[in-house]
Amino acid sequence: MKVDFEDVAVRELSRHYGRRRALSRVSLTCRAGEVLGLLGPNGAGKSTLLAILATLLAPSAGDVRYGDLDLRDAGPALRARIGFLSHDLHLYPELTARENLRFFGQLYGLDRVEARVREALEHAGLSQRGDDPVSGFSRGMRQRLALERALLHEPRLLLLDEPFTGLDDASVGALVTRLRALRAAGRIIVVVTHDLDVAEALLDRLAVLKDGRLVALENASGRIREHYRAFVVSRTS
Amino acid sequence: MFFRVAWLVMRKDLTVEVRSREILYTTAFFAVACVLVFSFALVKEGRPLEDAAAGILWIAVAFAGTLALGRTFERERHSETLRALMLAPSPRAAVYVGKLLGIVLLLLVVEAALVPLIGLLFNVPILARPLLLAGLLAAGTVGFAAVGTLFAAMLVRARSRDVLLPVLLYPITIPVVIGGVRGTAALFELPPSSEMAGMWMALLLFFDVVFVTLSLWTFEPLMTE
Repeated sequence: MKVDFEDVAVRELSRHYGRRRALSRVSLTCRAGEVLGLLGPNGAGKSTLLAILATLLAPSAGDVRYGDLDLRDAGPALRARIGFLSHDLHLYPELTARENLRFFGQLYGLDRVEARVREALEHAGLSQRGDDPVSGFSRGMRQRLALERALLHEPRLLLLDEPFTGLDDASVGALVTRLRALRAAGRIIVVVTHDLDVAEALLDRLAVLKDGRLVALENASGRIREHYRAFVVSRTS
Repeated sequence: MFFRVAWLVMRKDLTVEVRSREILYTTAFFAVACVLVFSFALVKEGRPLEDAAAGILWIAVAFAGTLALGRTFERERHSETLRALMLAPSPRAAVYVGKLLGIVLLLLVVEAALVPLIGLLFNVPILARPLLLAGLLAAGTVGFAAVGTLFAAMLVRARSRDVLLPVLLYPITIPVVIGGVRGTAALFELPPSSEMAGMWMALLLFFDVVFVTLSLWTFEPLMTE
């Protein structure tokens, strides 16, 4: 069964770890062809929200709907439409870049795996290093490879947790261009970032989280720094 | 799909192990050291205590298995790759089966080194019923690793996982260890008792079915945090 959806809707979503509240009654929607930024200080609940959207974490309360499909009915078909770049990169350091991509390509049951791997290595700028173990890569190279791993199966929903970490200026520029192209292709993109300059250049809307609560959900309109200060910095002080 | 994913996960684990040889060497060294220490304590003037060989063989397997389980999942924790496996559009139980097969293969290699050593140090007839002995070891290893793989995966993000794994694993796998020890002891007798060993192997196979079924059933809900 192939699943597809045009939006992801979160309603009254909460997640508790024992008595600690990581997310509290968060509601938002993200549509195809849109880049939604999740901003907020450390511990605001951004990564928890991404993990729930990725189906890795069960919510304590509330709903997540992928088009008409509920998170609780999520199975392999839904997971096939989600790409997740975590802060931890999800790569095996003992394997080469090519072996990592090939393994995940086969795990996802993709066709033309070798061609996809070749294209992914080109996108990552790692064609010449494809047969080197990932353990010898810099953080930026791993980051680029991890992004291609998350994109290998052409997901509808792309969840990116700090995708600009460790990248040099040229790589950041290339990633922004890539994400814009994916947005134009109708992907739903959710990005967690602390880099407000990049956020200004990329985001269509921003959701600001603080202490697990959604304190702002607005169009980016080129004033992200102002919004962020207004909702996080001033309220912290 | 299920068996293809299990095969891919197992092959990946073995590829990583062949590159590093970290778990195989440490596990084999630990198991051999364990057998040597016990042999110094329990063999007097070339005569071991009755049934000591079978007990020591299974203690070494259990200790080495715990070490292998911990290290295997430590690798998956390092870059949170277990989460990437959970995110794949395949039955999550297939990932469990792949990890289980990888650990069972690794332990069987260690056991292939341990058995001749036990035969040499404790002067027991390891070649009297080789197929039955291999069957007992395989059945016991599957039962032990089935529970161990489930617990090691569950504990992968727990801070005190190194302590919790044996604390949880050993009490539950006691039936497997008892079955393995009694069955192996029957084979190490002179003359070997095939009937008794066969009965204990049937019991071990029963435990395998129960443990693997329960693990397949609980793996997905336990791994969705």
